[in-house]
Amino acid sequence: MANKFEEYLRPQFMPHIWCPGCGHGITLNALLRTIAKLELDKDKVCVVSGIGCASRAPGYLDFNTLHTTHGRAIPFATGIKLAKPELEVIVVTGDGDGAAIGGNHLIHAARRNIGLTVVMFNNSIYGMTSGQYSPMTPSGKSATTAPYGNIERDFDVCKLVQASGANYVARATVAQPRQLSTYIERAINTKGFAFVEAQGMCPTYYGRRNKLGGPVEMLDVLKKNTVTVQAAAKLSPEELKGKIITGELYQANDPEYCDLYDNLIKQAQEVAGK
Amino acid sequence: MAGSCDSRARLMQGNECCCEAAILAGLKFFAGYPITPSSEIAEVLAERLPRVGGKFIQMEDEIASMAAVVGSSLTGAKSMTATSGPGFSLKQENLGFAAFTEVPCVVVNVQRTGPSTGLPTSPAQGDIMQARWGTHGDHPVVALYPSSVSEIFDITVKAFNIAEMLRTPVILLMDEVIAHMRERVIVPCADEVEVVDRVRPTVAPADYLPYDAASDGVPPMADFGTGYRWHATGLYHDVTGFPTSIPSKVDFLIRRLIAKVESRKKEITFTKSQYMDDARVAVVACGITARSARSAVRSAREKGIAAGLFQPQTIWPFPSEMIADIAGRVDRIIVPEMNMGQLVLEVERAAAGKCEVVGYSRVDGEPITPDEILARLEEV
Repeated sequence: MANKFEEYLRPQFMPHIWCPGCGHGITLNALLRTIAKLELDKDKVCVVSGIGCASRAPGYLDFNTLHTTHGRAIPFATGIKLAKPELEVIVVTGDGDGAAIGGNHLIHAARRNIGLTVVMFNNSIYGMTSGQYSPMTPSGKSATTAPYGNIERDFDVCKLVQASGANYVARATVAQPRQLSTYIERAINTKGFAFVEAQGMCPTYYGRRNKLGGPVEMLDVLKKNTVTVQAAAKLSPEELKGKIITGELYQANDPEYCDLYDNLIKQAQEVAGK
Repeated sequence: MAGSCDSRARLMQGNECCCEAAILAGLKFFAGYPITPSSEIAEVLAERLPRVGGKFIQMEDEIASMAAVVGSSLTGAKSMTATSGPGFSLKQENLGFAAFTEVPCVVVNVQRTGPSTGLPTSPAQGDIMQARWGTHGDHPVVALYPSSVSEIFDITVKAFNIAEMLRTPVILLMDEVIAHMRERVIVPCADEVEVVDRVRPTVAPADYLPYDAASDGVPPMADFGTGYRWHATGLYHDVTGFPTSIPSKVDFLIRRLIAKVESRKKEITFTKSQYMDDARVAVVACGITARSARSAVRSAREKGIAAGLFQPQTIWPFPSEMIADIAGRVDRIIVPEMNMGQLVLEVERAAAGKCEVVGYSRVDGEPITPDEILARLEEV
């Protein structure tokens, strides 16, 4: 029973494309353990992704799966959810896919508060195209397109999603897989838009270029740099510099979009019937 | 033939008529973004769709609208979006995705003068080639082009039916003039409208291969959420739906997609002809230009000129065989169009030197008048 989540895999497509030491496997594992724990009906789960390393996940999952265009997973998922609200629609995206090219869709799906669960696999880099900086590459770090160091500021995507109107926002790192799993569970159980940022790691492009060591060293760095949201409240901005704030960052209970639309249908039909 | 309701004559705007027809064809989902001259389609559907239990959503941009339409169609809902020139450009990547993953949908493009923001929102016919080649890579395309409000009704229903029959996006090209024109339309009863639904699988879920095409080249399509768990991807895929880079399978897929549409060309080609039987000079025109041409050809006949009109309502796939036949029977083909010469290129290709082919372009944001075409017909 411990490996019940294996039922949700398409093992015939293994080995997967991810590099040894990639953090994405841990996040996918957390997602599948959660789905197994919640005993979700495979036929009613739909996993949608865009383009990038993280977005290759749906191909390995035995659900209704959709691998779309770069940055557009959320609007494809919006169409699925609104047309068939009984489906559990989960979006798998990366930091480039979800925060750069797809950033506007993320904002507006959160604003609508449509009942999607979005898991952002943040590896701080464009891995699939071999190491260009993303909006979530920390300032000063090196990338193939930032050979002198990244002069752009990385942004706090959780704050963005919260400000946009989501009902649930949380962040964990791949160094805390159980915590990550718990947050994904709460995200799936949230009515309305739910967002979990999984801070991962890319040893191949980000780690090697920034001399961060191998996967083990990178995991250690993640652990050392992590501060819970409760502890962070007591720290100064100086002390928080370079830290990853984890925890459940925001929860609300605002009306979900598809529910509102169902009410709208009732009203429109009443008006038409009169 | 009396239906279950009273079919009724109505005075309708072109865009409104498109909505009416779409609902009768089974439309259940619309996603769009405001852009003139197509906005009335979104406005009408925002009001009408919920009444029939359908869903309308105004997305954050054109790209998202196209994406949402594909998503909803994957659940089995007949889906549509509507836009205009610049918005049509933005939709191209996801339109290619729909063609490649074989997701039925209808994309309305009420054309306006381009390039860029152009001349908002004067009419033009500049998207004929964009409709064919707008997205990258080889892909099948069906594009239909009505020339009156009542043709919009028939052609919209056909667009949905072809999309479902061939599992492919269908582009409905419209002219601003007709989209905003009000004309008399006989709206039939629901049971008088022939509606085609996509073929769904009859095999057990375990045996379902989502891209294993039947003999007509069209694979049965399962709705998401019905037990057939399948994978749709914009990567080259084999019959299982999963990615492949094996050259023989890559080659097989793209050739099947093209053949799927080409092999049904006769069934999906709609045209209108006037005085073509004994014509010595033919006008080939689409949309609003075909209406001016109709009048011009009539006037020419009164003056003793053996003129005729051939109006393709299906412009992609292009009715090359029919043009070739015409080219063998006439001395000259005139192709008036509101662009710098797009349709004329296809006509020249199809005529293959069998007759003279002359283009006529008007690109000042005004429709081509009957007198302009008549003047071309009078030139020897």
